[in-house]
Amino acid sequence: MSGPLLRVEGVTKYFGGFTALAGVSLDIAQGERFGLIGPNGSGKTTLINCISGSLRNDGGSIAFDGKEISGLPAYRRTRLGIARSFQIPRPFGSMSVLENLQVPLEYVVHRGALHTADTRGEAMQILETMGLADKAATPANGLTQVQLRKLELARAMASRPRLLISDEAMAGLSSSEVEEVIAILGRLNDTGIAIIMIEHIMRAVMRFSQRVICLDAGNIICEGPPEAIVKDSMVQKAYLGA
Amino acid sequence: MIPRNARFWTGAAAVIVLAVIVSLSRANEYFFFAGFVVLQSVVLATAWNILGGYAGYVNFGTAAFFGIGAYMAVVVINATGAPLAVQILAGAAVSGLLGLGTGLLTMRLRGIFFSIATVAIIFIAETLITNWRYVGGATGIQLLRPPLMEPFGSYTRMLFVVMAVLAVIAVSIARYIETSWIGRGLQAIRDTEEAAECSGVPTLKLKLFACTVSGALMGAAGAPLPMYLSFLEPASSFSLNYSVAALAGAIIGGTSHWLGPVIGAILLASVQQIVTVTIPGEINVLVVGVLLVVFVVAAPDGVLGLLRKLRGKLRRPRAPAESPS
Ligand SMILES: Nc1ncnc2c1ncn2[C@@H]1O[C@H](COP(=O)(O)OP(=O)(O)O)[C@@H](O)[C@H]1O
Ligand SMILES: [Mg+2]
Repeated sequence: MSGPLLRVEGVTKYFGGFTALAGVSLDIAQGERFGLIGPNGSGKTTLINCISGSLRNDGGSIAFDGKEISGLPAYRRTRLGIARSFQIPRPFGSMSVLENLQVPLEYVVHRGALHTADTRGEAMQILETMGLADKAATPANGLTQVQLRKLELARAMASRPRLLISDEAMAGLSSSEVEEVIAILGRLNDTGIAIIMIEHIMRAVMRFSQRVICLDAGNIICEGPPEAIVKDSMVQKAYLGA
Repeated sequence: MIPRNARFWTGAAAVIVLAVIVSLSRANEYFFFAGFVVLQSVVLATAWNILGGYAGYVNFGTAAFFGIGAYMAVVVINATGAPLAVQILAGAAVSGLLGLGTGLLTMRLRGIFFSIATVAIIFIAETLITNWRYVGGATGIQLLRPPLMEPFGSYTRMLFVVMAVLAVIAVSIARYIETSWIGRGLQAIRDTEEAAECSGVPTLKLKLFACTVSGALMGAAGAPLPMYLSFLEPASSFSLNYSVAALAGAIIGGTSHWLGPVIGAILLASVQQIVTVTIPGEINVLVVGVLLVVFVVAAPDGVLGLLRKLRGKLRRPRAPAESPS
């Protein structure tokens, strides 16, 4: 099928009387590298929550692979191929780092055929790409903030998604670690996985993305290739003026 | 090394064989009277732990599922006179359904709100039974024990063996859940439900499953009660003491491993039995409360947590600690 991988149309979300998303529309193509920026509180995480199913959108539609998903529980969307990381890390704290990855491996990738799967081995491979291999046996609640952010990405990768949404995974990382994560996401993207990168580190988003959207107060104020976005006066106003 | 499974099933078989041998011995009748209660609390704590320990949903409604199991046995006795095995199956089925229903009604609630809702189930169940004449209403119902079954020398001895079998079944189910993908899903739910969903875990289905299995085992534990007492009345059958004891047994033993509730329940119920025969009054209830507080404050991971720490200390020079299996 040649349609977009993800189609978001007129999505609205209200918290009481507050409008967090005021009719957001966007398309993500198969294998696209997509940047989502916007000032704090502009609705980026809320949009991700609506796409991943952690929240239900109040209006509009969300289609994945041409199929309406806005009524589906989050676990079904993950099984369809949407994975996300959490901006505020939500590890399975009582499990080891390795076991954290076994959850999506057991519940998404090898569901129904567990006895033939080597989930520990697969989890270990992913941890190696994320540079967390030496932490495999560590309880997740004993990790540092930086390690927790890497674990978020690793766990999202473990569900073998077709669309990976990274919500500020690089906050607090050193510049060499940022480079590392960009490289990892780039390699994932090379295998055909579409990636939505939400990031405050402009340099990272601009370098990584083929296309960028800027949200402000629940509205898309600008969309285009990274070079155009940095020059856009609305974006500059939203970032500097707000 | 003997594989874990073989070791477990050997142990399980040994427990049943031992129960049968002891029941045929000349041991004092009181031993079986008390042993039944201890084994019953093993079933209850183990059942409680499936939802409360593995999934982290603290259920105060044990008494409701237990009492309904007991009263289902009375219904079966009244209606058909069918044997104990049928009574137990009926108690398990109805309490399992009650668990499922409770889950459907309360699973949108989290934390303390869920716990409060489960208390309400006790009052609803008790009120229903109190107003149901067929099973004796508020005054209770007297029951005749059927003739003795060979080779058991007394009815209490037979019930002791039955409860031992139920305990082994309950622990086997809990252990299966814990060591399978289901257990990992429940653990993920306990840690963070939102991330569990986003990792593909069908949280609602798993929670309903845990509610159902937990409720069914509690009902099975209650079903032999009418025959054990030869009498059943609502106030004591739905006593909150069952709720507290089940929860306390699991927490005192340790909730992360199937062995925890077994150890905790045996410890707690034995101490209670000893206190009951040595000190008159309601002191045995106080014992549960005090032990629970001591453990929650000083050893939140229960006896198992303490043992693990100890083992870690002993082994540190050689190898890091590993969890028991
Ligand atoms: N669960 C919630 N309940 C109420 N308000 C919320 C909730 N989640 C987000 N908001 C509000 O919605 C707005 C957008 O938040 P968010 O999507 O987290 O922004 P961003 O990720 O772009 O920083 C903020 O004003 C925030 O306070
Ligand atoms: Mg955010």
